[in-house]
Amino acid sequence: MNPVESPASAAKPNLFQNKRTLRLVKERVFFGIIFASTLLALGFLFYLLFSIFHQGWDHLSVDFFTNFPSRFPAKAGFKSAIYGTVWLGGLTLIFSVFFGVGAALYLQEMSPRNRFTSWIEISISTLAGVPSIIYGMLGLGIFVRFLDLGRSVLAGALTLSLLIIPVIIIASREALKSVPDSVRMASYALGASKWQTVRDHVLPSAIPGVATGVILSMARAMGEAAPLILLGALTYVAFIPGSPMDSFTAMPIQIFNWASRPQEAFHDLASTGIIVLLGFLMICNSAAIFIRSRWGKRL
Amino acid sequence: MVIRGLAFTAMVSIMTTVGIIFILGEESFHFFSQVSIKEFFFTTTWAPLFEPRLFGIWPLINGTLIIAIGAIIFALPIGLGIAIYSSEYATGWWQKILKPVLEVLAGIPSVVYGFFALTEVTPFLTRIFPQIEVFNALSASIVIAIMILPTIASICDDSLRAIPKAVRDGAYALGTRKSEVTLSIVVPAALSGILASFILAFSRAIGETMAVTLAAGATPQLTLNPLVGVQAMTAYIAQVSLGDVPHGTVEYQSIFAVGLVLFVMTLAMNLLSQYIVRRFARKYE
Repeated sequence: MNPVESPASAAKPNLFQNKRTLRLVKERVFFGIIFASTLLALGFLFYLLFSIFHQGWDHLSVDFFTNFPSRFPAKAGFKSAIYGTVWLGGLTLIFSVFFGVGAALYLQEMSPRNRFTSWIEISISTLAGVPSIIYGMLGLGIFVRFLDLGRSVLAGALTLSLLIIPVIIIASREALKSVPDSVRMASYALGASKWQTVRDHVLPSAIPGVATGVILSMARAMGEAAPLILLGALTYVAFIPGSPMDSFTAMPIQIFNWASRPQEAFHDLASTGIIVLLGFLMICNSAAIFIRSRWGKRL
Repeated sequence: MVIRGLAFTAMVSIMTTVGIIFILGEESFHFFSQVSIKEFFFTTTWAPLFEPRLFGIWPLINGTLIIAIGAIIFALPIGLGIAIYSSEYATGWWQKILKPVLEVLAGIPSVVYGFFALTEVTPFLTRIFPQIEVFNALSASIVIAIMILPTIASICDDSLRAIPKAVRDGAYALGTRKSEVTLSIVVPAALSGILASFILAFSRAIGETMAVTLAAGATPQLTLNPLVGVQAMTAYIAQVSLGDVPHGTVEYQSIFAVGLVLFVMTLAMNLLSQYIVRRFARKYE
């Protein structure tokens, strides 16, 4: 109709079209990049697991579980390391649950708001970020030297407990926080004291969350090698610890020892050890998932 | 009575903090009575096990930083990418399982990463850089990057999710595309969380021990070349404690002085990250 308008209206959709294509391409490229980074991380995970299973699977035999470590790769086994980790795990569980859950109950349910509790909270958030090797130095100074426990299972378990107590406190407090106030009010209304309320009503409701936190941090502690190396845990132990005062080795330390040797045969043993360690940690984690799904949905 | 008992269990945290500071401080004090602070911080050769003994900590700090910075360079873009993907793009069951699966990476013990660096990453790098040494900083950086990915991805993911839908909808109403909304609206709004995750991951990388001990070697030197062996602070501490050094010697005390520097560095990082979250977190009501 209008001769002046027609060139403009012919050019406009074209201009718009160009910009649209460019933006579409950008959209695709951006999606490609972030999707690729996700796949890269997953790929790394699967390749890591694959390569370790590939190298170590053949050595996974009964002998591996029943032999002590040896200078000869063919005879070397994981027995003392497995027993050492079980000992460590049991003792660490006792100490860390007692102190971790106790502190969480105190801070979340019982404590008055004062300078003392705020100091505790500051130290917990500080401790959660301290590298594990520093805890090893603390254990070396306090448990091994000052309390003279030597390089014993007990010293190792106490050190690992200190390492995970802050994590357990934080997880347990979250679990206690999620218990609704109506539970507490109902208990008080029936005349229960503060401690009775916490012991009989709040804590039982929070158990799934607390247990999940405890198990996950235990799994972390059982994989730690650095603090135990600082304590001077031995790498060659041809006996099973019989009491908390015996010296010990543990799975991560034995793996480290095998991995740091130049011979290929010891590397194979290290991969087999890693399979056992990862299996152990996987059982822990599945237990946590099971507890969460089985008991997690009440209230 | 019970409350007193529980208060005592809570005291353990304070005692642990005080214990760490006391132990590190006491042994470092003995160390610095034999080695001057000037030598420790202002000379550049670390040779504690041979005569003449030299205690200039910079080669160890150099080793730690080159590994940690390398790890962050790999981990930050990938971790942020994963966080954007899982919070903005992934849907349904895939989104639900993505986070737990990636958390598995954080659950694998660091000695396993060290072993992986030694037996898989370094041989792979040898094909790209034939001149690379058996123990090198790059392989340690790569595995530490994998190790800290879940930390970065998880915190970034949380802070991206915390941006309310209304902010995104406002941008969509103006005709922007999803990638444009994400990059120019959501990511800048979540910047404080992203920065905090970055610093926290960096502090983890500095404190990491087993992977750097196994993969990066034990040659303290001042270098910017990631293809040669270096010694990180944590690796030195582990090396000395593996070597059965007698109590009371200057080598024994030196690990506490190095530990004190490590402790101060990670503490500063963690406090900075907490400060950033508190100071810069935007509140959407």
